[in-house]
Amino acid sequence: MAELRVTGVHKSFGRTPVLSRVDLTVPSGRLMAVLGPSGCGKTTLLRCVAGFEPVDSGRITVDGRDLTRARPERRRVTVVPQEGALFPHLSVFDNVAYGLDRAARKAGRVAEVLALVGLAGAERRMPHQLSGGQQQRVAVARALAPRPPVLLLDEPFSALDAALRFELRRDVRAALHADGATALLVTHDQGEALSIADELAVMRDGRIVQSGPPAVVYTAPADPWVAGFVGEAVWLPAAIDGDRAATPLGSLPVVGAGRGPQVLLRPEQLDVSDGQGGDGLRATVVRRDFHGHDAVLGLRLADGTEVAARVLGPAVPAVGATVGISVRGPVRAYQG
Amino acid sequence: MRRLAPRPALAVAATLAVAVALVPLAYLVVRVGEAGWARVGAELLTRRTAVLAARSIALAVVVTTACTVLGVGSAFLVTRTDLPLRRAFAVLAALPLAVPTYVAGFAWVSTVDGFAGFWAATLVLTLCSYPYVYLPVVAALAGADPGQEEVARSLGKGAWRTFTGVTLRQVRPAVAAGALLVALYVLSDFGAVSLTRLDVFTRAIFTAMNLGFDRTGALVLATVLVALTALLLLGEALTRRGGARYARLGAGARRPPARHRLGPLRWPALAAVSALAALALGVPAASMARWAAQGVSRPGSLAEVAAAAGNSLWFAALGGALTLALALPVGLLTARAPGPVATALDRLAYLPHALPGLVIGLSLVFFGINVAFGLYQTVWLLALAYATLFLPLAVGAVGAAAAQAPPALEEVARSLGRGPAHVLRTVTIPLAAPGLGAGAALVFLTCMKELPATLLLRPTGQDTLATGLWTHTSVSAYAAAAPYAALLVLLSALPTWWLSVRTGAFAEGGG
Repeated sequence: MAELRVTGVHKSFGRTPVLSRVDLTVPSGRLMAVLGPSGCGKTTLLRCVAGFEPVDSGRITVDGRDLTRARPERRRVTVVPQEGALFPHLSVFDNVAYGLDRAARKAGRVAEVLALVGLAGAERRMPHQLSGGQQQRVAVARALAPRPPVLLLDEPFSALDAALRFELRRDVRAALHADGATALLVTHDQGEALSIADELAVMRDGRIVQSGPPAVVYTAPADPWVAGFVGEAVWLPAAIDGDRAATPLGSLPVVGAGRGPQVLLRPEQLDVSDGQGGDGLRATVVRRDFHGHDAVLGLRLADGTEVAARVLGPAVPAVGATVGISVRGPVRAYQG
Repeated sequence: MRRLAPRPALAVAATLAVAVALVPLAYLVVRVGEAGWARVGAELLTRRTAVLAARSIALAVVVTTACTVLGVGSAFLVTRTDLPLRRAFAVLAALPLAVPTYVAGFAWVSTVDGFAGFWAATLVLTLCSYPYVYLPVVAALAGADPGQEEVARSLGKGAWRTFTGVTLRQVRPAVAAGALLVALYVLSDFGAVSLTRLDVFTRAIFTAMNLGFDRTGALVLATVLVALTALLLLGEALTRRGGARYARLGAGARRPPARHRLGPLRWPALAAVSALAALALGVPAASMARWAAQGVSRPGSLAEVAAAAGNSLWFAALGGALTLALALPVGLLTARAPGPVATALDRLAYLPHALPGLVIGLSLVFFGINVAFGLYQTVWLLALAYATLFLPLAVGAVGAAAAQAPPALEEVARSLGRGPAHVLRTVTIPLAAPGLGAGAALVFLTCMKELPATLLLRPTGQDTLATGLWTHTSVSAYAAAAPYAALLVLLSALPTWWLSVRTGAFAEGGG
C-alpha cells in the first residue's frame, strides 16, 4: 500500500518547458490515468516518476519516501512501456523473473503473476512467439512481479486492436487491483482513461488542468477545453438567471459557478422521441453516426441551432426525420 | 519527448580511450612540427605530391565503389534470395578478409606476367576488402525489419523499388560504415600497392623512409594522408542524415525476412558469386599451394613457422583485447548519447586508422625511445599500435551492437530494481554480444594480418607469420615464404568463419 505524490514538478528540455508545477496524488492501491493530447508532457511525467529523467524542481514521494533524486533501480517503481519492451533474448519466465530475487523466483511468483494477467503456463515461450496482446500482458506481469508499491503504464494498450484493448484493459485493471498496486497510467484515449481509472487527471501543455474521479471530471469539467477533451460536448448560448438558463432548448436548470454566456450538456442528456404526440421541442436529423450499441445524431432546431444527441438501441431515426427532443438533468454554465 | 540521458562517466571514459588511441598521431604532429614550416612547405608543395594525392584518391574511389557493389550484392544474394548453395557462399564471401593484400598481391604477381599498375592494384584491393562492406550488410539485412519491405510491396512498389527504397535504406548505416572502412583501408594499404608498383602515398612514404632515410619527408607525406582522411570523414558526416536512428521500433520480436525467388536469374547470380570466390580465394590458394610444397621441405622450417604462429596469435589476442576495451566506451557513447561530443570522438577515432601502419609504427618507435622507454620492445607498444590502427573497426561493431539493445529495455530493467552493472551484464551485453563478438573477431583478424607496424614494433627476434612472410618474400624466397602465407591464411580463416556464423549469414532464420 503506497501513495504516490508528485508535488510542484518542473521539467524543461533546454529552453522548452515540458512540465510546469505538476501536482498529483495517487491514493494507495488506486489507478490514476493521466489523460492528455500527444505532446502535453504526460510521458515525460511518467519518465520523471520512473527516474529516467531528472526533474528540474519539485518532489516525487511514495508514502512519504522522497524519490526525487533516487536512481531508477532504487525507486521500486516499475514501468510497462508503450510497446512492451520485453527482453527479446529471455523467455517469458526470465522476463517476468527479471526483477525478482531468488527466493521470490522459487516461491512461484512468476506463475502467480502470469495467471493474474491470463497467461498461465506461458513460461517457456519466447517473446517473438507471442502476439502483441500477449507481449503486453507479459510486460504487465513483469512489472507486477516484484510487488512494486507503484507501477507506471505508458499508453500500454495503444498498439492493440480495439477488442483486444478492451479485454486487456479490464484484465490489467483487475490484476492491478488484485495485487493492490498503486498505478499511474498515461494515455491520450479518453475512453480508455474514463473506463480504467479510479482517478483521472487531465493534462494540457505540461500542467494538470483537472483531477478527480472520472465521473466528476466528465460531468463537471473544469473548463470548456476539458469538457471537449473528455467527451462529446454540446454548447448552447444561454442567458442565466439564478438557477435557470434560457437556451434554445428552453429554460433549463443550471449548475456550476460560471455565469454564462454558454452552457454545456452531454449528448446523452438529450432524449429523442418519435416526435408524434405532445408539445415538446422539434428538431430535424441532419447527421447520423452509427456505432452499433448507440448512435450520435446531429439535430437542427427550428432556429437553426445544431445539437448532438446520443440514442441507444436499434431504432435510430434516419437523416431527414423530424424528432421530438427533451433535456434530462441540469446543464453546466461556463464563461467564454 | 524522449531525451537520452547524458552519460558523463561514459563520455569521460570514451575521451580517455580516444586520447590513448591518438598518442601516435599526436606524436606524429609533434615530430612534423619540430621539422619546421619551411621544410614542411618545401616537401608539400610539389607536383609529385599533387600526383600522389590524385592517384590515391582515384584508387580509393574506384575500389570503394567496386567493394560496395560486390559487398551489398553478395550480402543480398545470400540473405534474401534462394541462391543455390547460399550457405556456402555466405562463408566464402567473407573469407577474403583472411587474405592480406600482400599475400593476394604476391599471388597475382607470381601468377600473371606483368601484373602491375592502377588496375592491378584496384583488382587486388577490391578482392581483399569487399568483405568490409559485405559483413556488416549481412548482419544488418539479417536484423532488419521485414515488415517495412512488406509495407513497401503493399504500397505498390515492385521488388526492385522496394530494394532500393526500403531495404537499402535500412542497411544504409551498415553500407556507409563498410564503405568508409574500405576507403580508409585503401588509403593506408601498403602491401598491394607496393607489389603492383603503384606509386601512391604509402609507397612513397616507405620509399622515402626506407631508401632515402628521409624521415621528415615521410612524416610530411603522412600528414597529407591524415588530411585526406579528415576530408573523407567530413564528407561521410555530411551525407549522414542528422539524428536518424536505426534501432528497430515496434512491437514483436524479429521475424526472418522472406526470400526473393531469383527465377531465371539464379544461374547468372550463381556464376557471379562463383567467379568472385574464384578470383578472391582460388587464385591465392592455387599460388600458395604451388609454392608451399617446395617450402615445407626446407629443413627446420616447421619449427620456425610454428613459433611465428604462436607469436601471431598472442600479439593479435592482446591487441584485439586492448582495442575492444578502448572501443567499448566510444561505441556505447555514440549509440546511446549521440551529440557533438560523441560525434567528435567517433571521428577522431577514425583518424589514425587511415595512417599507414608504417607511420604509426615509426611514431611509436620514437615514442618508445623518447617517452615511454619501459614499453619499448615489449608487446604492449605493439598492442597500442594495433589499438590505434583498428579502433574504428571495433567502435563500429560496438555501436551497431548497442543499437540491438534499445535504451527502453535498459530503462525497464533499471525500473525493475537492477543497477547499471547488472543491467549491462544481463540485458545490454547479451543482446549486443553477437555484434561485439563480430567486432572482436574482426579486430583479431586484422591485427594478425597487420604487417608494417608489427615489423617495427615486435620484440626483437620474435617473428610473426606476417613478418616471416615479408622477410622471406623481400629476398624473393617464394618457396620459403609460402608456408607462412598458408598458415596465416588458415589461422585467419577461423575467426572469419566464426564471424560469418555469428552475423547470421549461416542462419536460415529458424523458419
